[in-house]
Amino acid sequence: MKFGVIVFPGSNCDHDAYHVISKHVGQPVDFIWHRDTNLTDYDAVILPGGFSYGDYLRAGALARFSPVMNAVKEFAARGGLVLGICNGFQILCETGLLPGALIRNRDLHFICEHVQVRVETTETPFTNQLEGGRVLRIPIAHAEGNYVCDDATLDELESEDRIIFRYCDERGRATAAANPNGSRDNIAGICNRERNVLGLMPHPERACEDLLGSSDGRDIFRSLAATLAAIV
Amino acid sequence: MRAKVYVTLKPGVLDPQGKAIQHSVELLGFNGIADVRQGKYFEIALDPSLDGERARDAATRMAREVLSNPVIEDYRVEIVEA
Repeated sequence: MKFGVIVFPGSNCDHDAYHVISKHVGQPVDFIWHRDTNLTDYDAVILPGGFSYGDYLRAGALARFSPVMNAVKEFAARGGLVLGICNGFQILCETGLLPGALIRNRDLHFICEHVQVRVETTETPFTNQLEGGRVLRIPIAHAEGNYVCDDATLDELESEDRIIFRYCDERGRATAAANPNGSRDNIAGICNRERNVLGLMPHPERACEDLLGSSDGRDIFRSLAATLAAIV
Repeated sequence: MRAKVYVTLKPGVLDPQGKAIQHSVELLGFNGIADVRQGKYFEIALDPSLDGERARDAATRMAREVLSNPVIEDYRVEIVEA
């Protein structure tokens, strides 16, 4: 199995993602420059966090026009696994691979802290090694992480079991107080209808070593690897 | 030929920046402000050979596909001479 980490101008979590795949998942991984247009060698691609194109216009809006994004769309349509983290999630929404949008945090601050998220479903290639309802401690670092969508989209996400992570407190309760940025329904991560494209605002790649305060993010990457081990 | 494009948040979409701006102008002594909504304004110089209708079509497409995000924003296009 082979992983790719896409590098946009302004990506800054690309090395973290690369490190996690090579060290903790133990699989081959390449950086993919945003001008590349061939993803045929890869089984999973990661759109990392950062500030692609300086967040000009809207976060993720200009990255959508990078040459690699057409390849990502085709890759996703073929069933390839796509993981968008933070700015990667914003790009996936702007590209239309995921529904909804991410707007300024409710309280305007850039928030950089560890939060709790609850695993809402294990029926995805990204969470199948986790237990449903488990509370993960993972950092967030964003100014535009406030997930919004219309009522019809929310109903669809709910009924199709596509809300993958919700912000919660230590005891796993998705309360308003545990919602750091005002996201609708405490949503921290969602997937597409085909379940092969996941976007989330928290940074699991920054939570893979106890030395960094948490290793809870590791099981997301392990799930991804386990999924690929079964099919590749 | 110039296009003016106004992008505004849809009604009901939270605008924390607008709220913060409202608070600041109130501190300046302005009262009775019910609401402030922040938007974006673009000026696009278009090919002068385009006629009005084609200029509007082009600017509308830019507004719809790039300048605004239809999930959260509305847009309005004006075409002006020079």
